[in-house]
Amino acid sequence: MLNLMTIAKIPIADWMDHFVDWLTQFTGFFNGLTSFIGGIINGFQWVFDLIPIWLFIIIVAGITYLANRDTKKWGLIIFEVLGLLLIWNLDFWRDMTQTLTLVLTSSLISLIIGVPLGIWMAKSDIAQAIFKPILDFMQTMPAFVYLIPAVAFFGIGMVPGVFASVIFAMPPTVRMTNLGIRQVPTELIEAADSYGSTEWQKLIKVQLPLAKSTLMAGINQSMMLALSMVVIASMIGAMGLGTRVYFAVGRNDAGGGFAAGLAIVILAIIIDRLTQALNRQRKH
Amino acid sequence: MTVKLQVKNLTKIFGKRVVRAKELLKQGKSKAEILKETGATIGVDRANFEVESGEIFVIMGLSGSGKSTLVRMINRLIEPTDGSVLIDGEDLMQIDKKALRDVRRKKMSMVFQNFGLFPNRTILDNTAYGLEIQGIDKVTRNQKANEALDLVGLNGYGDQYPTQLSGGMQQRVGLARALANDAEILLMDEAFSALDPLNRSDMQDQLLDLQETMHKTIIFISHDLNEALKIGDHIMIMKDGEIVQTGTPEDILTHPADEYVEKFIENVDRSKVYTAGNVMIRPTTVNIEKDGPRLALKRMRENEVSTVYVVNNKRELVGIIDARDVLELVRQESRDLQSVVNEDVPTTTEETPIADILDDISQTGIPFAVLNDKQQLRGIIIRGAVLGALAGNEVNHFA
Repeated sequence: MLNLMTIAKIPIADWMDHFVDWLTQFTGFFNGLTSFIGGIINGFQWVFDLIPIWLFIIIVAGITYLANRDTKKWGLIIFEVLGLLLIWNLDFWRDMTQTLTLVLTSSLISLIIGVPLGIWMAKSDIAQAIFKPILDFMQTMPAFVYLIPAVAFFGIGMVPGVFASVIFAMPPTVRMTNLGIRQVPTELIEAADSYGSTEWQKLIKVQLPLAKSTLMAGINQSMMLALSMVVIASMIGAMGLGTRVYFAVGRNDAGGGFAAGLAIVILAIIIDRLTQALNRQRKH
Repeated sequence: MTVKLQVKNLTKIFGKRVVRAKELLKQGKSKAEILKETGATIGVDRANFEVESGEIFVIMGLSGSGKSTLVRMINRLIEPTDGSVLIDGEDLMQIDKKALRDVRRKKMSMVFQNFGLFPNRTILDNTAYGLEIQGIDKVTRNQKANEALDLVGLNGYGDQYPTQLSGGMQQRVGLARALANDAEILLMDEAFSALDPLNRSDMQDQLLDLQETMHKTIIFISHDLNEALKIGDHIMIMKDGEIVQTGTPEDILTHPADEYVEKFIENVDRSKVYTAGNVMIRPTTVNIEKDGPRLALKRMRENEVSTVYVVNNKRELVGIIDARDVLELVRQESRDLQSVVNEDVPTTTEETPIADILDDISQTGIPFAVLNDKQQLRGIIIRGAVLGALAGNEVNHFA
C-alpha cells in the first residue's frame, strides 16, 4: 500500500513563509497602512477619551430612545445605563472604550472594503465564483493564524489587531451585501432598466435602498465577529477588555476574567441592539 | 395609419449552443430536435409583425408561449438572438447602450404584471422615477407626476407608499409612471392579470378611456382572450414561441387560423364581441310608396313570416305591419298600408355589441330593426340568429 509519508512532504508551510517574507519587503506600503489605520484608531480613541463618562451614557441611552421611538423599549435603555455604570464601577471604562475603538475601526474598514466587494459580487457571477471560496476560507481559518502575518506586517499593538479582526469580520458584510442586492425582485430591476436607468442610478436608487436591511444585518454580524476577536487580538498587544481577560487567564484569576468577560458581554448586547434598532427604524 | 413598430424575424434562443441552434432553426428543424441536439430552447421563433401608430396591439398566449420574452426583446430587457426591432424605422438592435437608454427614457415605457413599484419610494416618487433618472428637476417632475396621477384617478395619494395601496391602485400607479414619461409606446406585460375580475374590468375601461385622448401605441400582453378581444385593435396569438395568427378581434373569432385558435375562442363571451351587424338577417320588406297589401301578403307567405318591415323609397324604416291587419285591408279592398303600420319598432345600429341589447331582445316580441346612420334598414335581429351566434355558429361578415 502506498504510504503518503514516504513521498516528500508538500512544503505548504514553506511556501506561505516565503510569501509572507516576500510581502514584508513592501515596508513602505505597510507603514503607510499602519499610520492610516492608526489614525482612525486614534481618532475614535480621542473622541471617547474626550467625552465624560456620564455624557457617553446619556448619548447611548438617547440614541436607543430615538431609534426605538415607536416601541419605547425602556427595559433596554435601563439595561444599557446600568450595564455601562457597572463597567465604570469595575474600573473597565478605558478598556471598554479601547475595545469599542477596535470594534468600530474594524467594522468601518470592513464596511469600506466589504460593501463595494459585495456589490461587485452581486453584479458579476465571475466575481462571485472567485470571492465566495475566499470568504469561506477567511471565515473558517482559525483566527489565531491571522495574528502571525499581522505581526509581521504591522508589528505589535492595535493596528495588527484591527487587521486580523477585519479579515475575520468582513465576510458577513460582503456576503449580505451580495445577497441583499441579488434578492431585489427581478421585476424591480426590469422596471429600473426599462425606464433607462444607468447602472449607477439603478444601484443607488433601487438596489442599495432595497438591500439596506440585509446589508445592515451583515454589518451587525461583522461587528459581533470583530468583538469576538478582541481577546485573541489582545495576544498581540491590542489593548482593551480582551487584555484583561488574557491577563486573567495567565494569572489563573477566575474572578477577574469573569468580570472582564461580563463587560464584553454588556458591550456586545448594547452594540447588537443598537445596530438592530437603527436597521428597523429605517424600514417602512 | 403609419407603422410605429416593426418586428422582423425576432428570435430568442435560450441555452449554450445558440449559434448551432440558430442554424438548425433555419434548416427547419423542430424545437424538439433542436433541444435534443444542442440543449437550447427556442423562446421566440422568428416573429414578424407590425404595430400601427395609436393602436392597442394585444399579444396573446398561454404561459410559456414566449409572449413575455417577445415584449422584453422590444425594449431589449432580453437581448434577442436574431432579428430586428424598428421604431419609426430606426433599428434598435444597431444602437449602442447610451442610445438604447435614451429610447427607453423617451420612447418606451413599461407596465409590469406585479406592478414593479419601488417599495422604498412614495407613490409620487415612484411615478416620477422615469423623469428623475433623466435629470429633470424636482419641481417639473413632481408636477408631471401629479398630472399623471390625476389621469389615473389617484389624486392625493402621492405621499403614500405602495404597500398602503390595493392591487388595483398600485397598478394605476404603474400606469401613471408610464404616462408621466410621455413615451409614445407603452409596453404592458400582463398588466391587469394580477387584479381581481372587477378591478381588471375597471382598468380595461380606464385604459380605453385614456386611449381615446392619448392615442399611444400600446403593446399589451395577455393570456385572457376576453381581455384581448375587449381592448385589442389587433390581436396576435402565440403558441410555443411561434405566431399562430394575427388579425382583428373579429378575424380571430370568425376565421380562426387553426384548431389551436379554435379551441382558444371556444369559451369566449361572444356577446361582447359580436355586433348587431354580425347576427342580423335580411328582413322581408315592402315599399310603402310602391307596394300594396296583396304584395305584402304574398311576401309573408313566401317567407313564412307573420310580420313584414315597411320602408320608403330611400329604404328608410317606416315601421312594421302584421299579417292580420293586412288581411283585413285586403278584405276591405283598401290599399292604404299606412293605416296599419306600427311605428313602434325597437331599433339599433350595426356597431352595437349584442351584449348591450341582449336583455331587450329576449323581452320584446318584435325583432330589432338594424339601421345605419342614414336611418336605412340594414337588417333585423331574430332570437334564433342571436342564440346561434352565441353558440359559435357562422355569422355575417358584412358588418
